[in-house]
Amino acid sequence: MSLYIYDEIDQRVVDQRVAQYRDQTQRFLAGKLSEEEFRPLRLRNGLYVQRYAPMLRVAIPYGILSSQQLRMLAHIARKYDRDYGHFSTRQNIQYNWPKLEEVPDILAELATVQMHAIQTSGNCIRNITADHFGGVARDEIVDSFVWCEIIRQWSTFHPEFNWLPRKFKIAVNGASVDRAATHVHDIGLHAVRDDKGEIGFRVVIGGGLGRTPIVGPVVREFLPWQHLLTYLEAALRVYNRYGRRDNMYKARIKILVKETGLEKFRAEVEAEWALLKDGPNTLIAEEVRRVEARFTKPAYATLPENDTALAEKLAVDTAFRNWHQRNVFPHKVPGYAAVTLSLKKSGIPPGDATSAQMDAVADLADRYSFGELRVSHEQNLVLADVRQSDLAAVWEEAKKLGFATPNIGLLTNIICCPGGDFCSLANAKSIPVALAIQERFDNLDYLHDIGELDLNISGCINACGHHHVGHIGILGVDKNSEEWYQIQVGGNQGETKQGEIRPGVAFPGASLGKVIGPSFARAEVPDVIEDLITCYLERRDSEAERFIDVVHRIGVEPFKKAVYGKPDSKSPRRSRQLATA
Amino acid sequence: MANLIRNRRVEADSWLRLELGAGPNETAGALPPVPADGDVIVPLALWQARRDALAARSGKTGVWLDSKDGPESIAGDLARLPLIAINFPSIADGRGLSTARLLRERHGYTGEIRAIGTVIKDLLLGMHRCGFDAFLLRDDQDPADALLAFDELADAYQASAVETQPLFRRRLAGAR
Ligand code: HEM
Ligand code: SF4
Repeated sequence: MSLYIYDEIDQRVVDQRVAQYRDQTQRFLAGKLSEEEFRPLRLRNGLYVQRYAPMLRVAIPYGILSSQQLRMLAHIARKYDRDYGHFSTRQNIQYNWPKLEEVPDILAELATVQMHAIQTSGNCIRNITADHFGGVARDEIVDSFVWCEIIRQWSTFHPEFNWLPRKFKIAVNGASVDRAATHVHDIGLHAVRDDKGEIGFRVVIGGGLGRTPIVGPVVREFLPWQHLLTYLEAALRVYNRYGRRDNMYKARIKILVKETGLEKFRAEVEAEWALLKDGPNTLIAEEVRRVEARFTKPAYATLPENDTALAEKLAVDTAFRNWHQRNVFPHKVPGYAAVTLSLKKSGIPPGDATSAQMDAVADLADRYSFGELRVSHEQNLVLADVRQSDLAAVWEEAKKLGFATPNIGLLTNIICCPGGDFCSLANAKSIPVALAIQERFDNLDYLHDIGELDLNISGCINACGHHHVGHIGILGVDKNSEEWYQIQVGGNQGETKQGEIRPGVAFPGASLGKVIGPSFARAEVPDVIEDLITCYLERRDSEAERFIDVVHRIGVEPFKKAVYGKPDSKSPRRSRQLATA
Repeated sequence: MANLIRNRRVEADSWLRLELGAGPNETAGALPPVPADGDVIVPLALWQARRDALAARSGKTGVWLDSKDGPESIAGDLARLPLIAINFPSIADGRGLSTARLLRERHGYTGEIRAIGTVIKDLLLGMHRCGFDAFLLRDDQDPADALLAFDELADAYQASAVETQPLFRRRLAGAR
């Protein structure tokens, strides 16, 4: 189950929004709407004004696309932009060069394939994100997409919650492993079953990154699914009324939870909920079934559990085996697999894809994966329903497209924000740092030997590149108008291998990284990463112990020593080397 | 002169709005003098200080709340108030939307709820769905154009002050 097909009402909502936004744009261009007031209006439609040009963020709700939609995204890149788009960590696509006056036309084209830019920015409820293996993962508890869609509809133009103190991000995870980073969202919903097997959600409120990174606390251990919307409505109402509006850096719900205190905050939400509970917003099974029924369902063939030709190829072809090990994910349907196409090839900014590549991937999806694909929050594309017997062919084609780098989960699968090349808030560039690291670590055997490692880069404290939850995190900082890079280790986005998550069981996942010391010039960063990796390789027990496990076992000190303790220390404080590599 | 939209029509406004500290020779925050007759909308602090005297006037008395003032501040007096106005200090401050919904849906208030302050075309539809039925447009707004806002989005997924059932229940009722 994967792609929700609009009914006529859903379509009308999107069409009418295009007309409404066209009117707003025209009034702005005619001088009838001030710059100041047009700004929050255009933001609610994903249009930023960036350092060099506007940036348009198009929603890919919970990361699912049809091949037809991807071709439309390619068409838009070609017609209105510089022939490429950037897949973001929020399961969106961003165009960096659209013209403000053409945005209504872009939106009209998107609407023809049931796409939009609604609430992709601004202080409102944003695109709902989900775990990108929803519907196919073997550890699935519920299909997260159905719940995402229910929340998407509830949050679309919610009249009361369109002018919140700050943006609001909700993530839904439907499997026992948290692949949606639910503890670093404003609200994270983690599907669980209670003792009787009833479905509900563990509700985490007030996580987030940015300048005050917080692993969100559990506000409710078990919320029966019927009450999902009334509970969300209660939490959002408490936030809308009491969240801080005097200081935008203290306006996220995480600060409200922290300043109010978890117990009191919980009591406020529960008190509001008590008055909404069992009201008209209470979900009913018929609605859940209706939404479910509007999702496409792949017509899986009946296949043997394991394909024998695949096993044979894996036995003899090392390169294929490497790719299979890193980029292929097990599927709950026998004989199928999910394939990640890596957008993290060295030499290309992480997450970027050209229109030709998008078209080619759309073709792959048509031929091998029921015409559908997904965008992961690690900025890769996923073909979720590939026959095992087709894997070799998909690999060959992906290689031709440059999407077969077998680096999923590895060091070079870097999450990286647009940084100083595109973003007006940046302290430093981030993309060149990612490229330099990818170049340094382009030996695949070495990469595979290093094993699982998340490396995340943000160009400033806003943390769009999730640097706090990278096993290694890099943050661009500004010192006397020069670009420097602060390194941290030990963060973790919450994906965990430690078994099932049930009500009452402590959450084993997310943690935030610790800064190792003074910052570095850009040219030094690859050396520092190499020092960290060497330290790890020397100290790991076995290949099974990952970088993050070693940091958690031995602490940060040995890593500090490895970087700063050498006689020819590269500390920029001493070398005053310029940060202009 | 600002235009008033009430029940989706441009109407004449009979109400005079008083502000704290706005009278001649008065310090900031001081309670303003109240005209002996005519309809007035008084600030919350004035209402709280002189409730009974105000209610005894010959003209009608309404109260206006600032965005920080929740419905609790006025909940005990609703039966005496034909009008409650809620101020929007900027386009970004959405607290008044929760206040209006709570007045309608939780406290059952049926009098006029009037939006004042930053009342522009782009906010009207959301305000309407939260329970506002009167809108004192900001001076620069074209009333004929603003009226179009109510029909910009025909459908709402949510239950709200003007739609007791969320779309999913209406859809199912329609399908039956
Ligand atoms: C290019 C222009 C961009 C600008 C100006 C921008 C701006 C910001 C700002 C100001 C914040 C902090 C908000 C807060 O903490 O309240 C933020 C957070 C965030 N941004 Fe961006 N961003 C940009 C691009 C991106 C991109 C491309 C991504 C995805 C790769 C992204 C993902 C995020 C995420 C996930 C957060 C949330 C971090 C958190 O939970 O606090 N942003 N962004
Ligand atoms: S982290 Fe900072 S530099 Fe990077 S995109 Fe976000 S705001 Fe811009």
